[in-house]
Amino acid sequence: MAELTAEQVWRILAEVNDPEIPVVSVVDLGIIRAVEVRGDEVQVQMTPTFQGCPAVQVMRAEIENRLLEAGARSVQVTLVHSPPWTSQWISPQGREKLRSFGLAPPPVHQGNIEDALLTITACPYCGSQDTSLTNSFGSTLCRMIFVCNSCRQPFEQFKPL
Amino acid sequence: MDPELQSALAALLLAAGDDELILGHRNSEWCGQAPILEEDIAFANLALDEIAHAQAWYELHAGLVGKDPQTYPDRLVYFRAADDFRCLRLVELPRGDWAFSMLRQYFFDLYENIYLRELSASTYPPLAETAARLRKEEVYHLRHARAWIVRLGLGTDESHSRLQAALDALWPYAQQLFLPGPGESALSAAGIAPERSRVQQDWMEQAHALVQECELQMPAAGEPPASRREHISGFKVLIDELQSVARLDPEAVW
Repeated sequence: MAELTAEQVWRILAEVNDPEIPVVSVVDLGIIRAVEVRGDEVQVQMTPTFQGCPAVQVMRAEIENRLLEAGARSVQVTLVHSPPWTSQWISPQGREKLRSFGLAPPPVHQGNIEDALLTITACPYCGSQDTSLTNSFGSTLCRMIFVCNSCRQPFEQFKPL
Repeated sequence: MDPELQSALAALLLAAGDDELILGHRNSEWCGQAPILEEDIAFANLALDEIAHAQAWYELHAGLVGKDPQTYPDRLVYFRAADDFRCLRLVELPRGDWAFSMLRQYFFDLYENIYLRELSASTYPPLAETAARLRKEEVYHLRHARAWIVRLGLGTDESHSRLQAALDALWPYAQQLFLPGPGESALSAAGIAPERSRVQQDWMEQAHALVQECELQMPAAGEPPASRREHISGFKVLIDELQSVARLDPEAVW
């Protein structure tokens, strides 16, 4: 079997989706920090979003399975915690996918979460800026709950981190 | 690292992990029982975050005592005797009513926001990195808990009096947060961990401001529990419950 190239590995990873937000891939989320291919061995460095994210092990196993299927002889997915993940690492394409999924993308920020939380969140359904936060916590660790005062649709936002 | 510093740091990390674990466990007791659905979701999130933070401290602890950071945290949580836990009585106390659980959460979150801010300047890089990472999540906790305290304090007569009762009961326990552990002064001298008296100063300022904002009466100072080796009377029951499933089949793979 032909050896994988780093580009092929990145393409395969772009098809491994977050089980909690199935429209975005691990690459869109910016959690893949490095890929190294040595012969038929592949090493992937991954940085989890929230410390308690229960999807990490699922994504890790999925990455290993996909790369083994694609011909790698051994795959090692290492969790790297430094530097910590930031929502700034979500790609522009990933942000657009979140919006189309009904999940408002996190506000762009410079590292201060308090400031980021002052940003107005637009409704991902109708685009209105007249929205209210109803809960700083949502159905997963990385989401909070809003309601749109224009179209009355409740929606979630990916938290700035 | 100097062996004495290393063992003091291992003890500090174990205590920090135990605080987060037991608080997370107590918070999880609200799952399905919080006053409104949104808050049920929020408090379950808080519980999960605290337990995940415990894991981060236990992993660092494992590295310092020569254990495997992958597997040792589970051993510490599920197979350790209740007497060997080093958590504060503040986090062990039964969950009480909503005001009690929320005020406890606020006191702990306020402490963590200040302590982790100081700890992110630690001269021991793994500690500084972990503190900076966890603090980003803690921002959400503190905002949430603080908003609830104001809501309860300035809400109805009943919510106000319940919050006052929680304050009277919790205040002395909260002061245990600022008692340094064994060998901790050497860690502070080496710039590895912050001086707790500095953390306490900031904490007091912010806690007092909130007490005033909520028009509460400040309770007498009280005497904090002196040692992390002494637990509340029902602590063994809590640990038995927490460990019951894992101990049914110690070799099970999850």
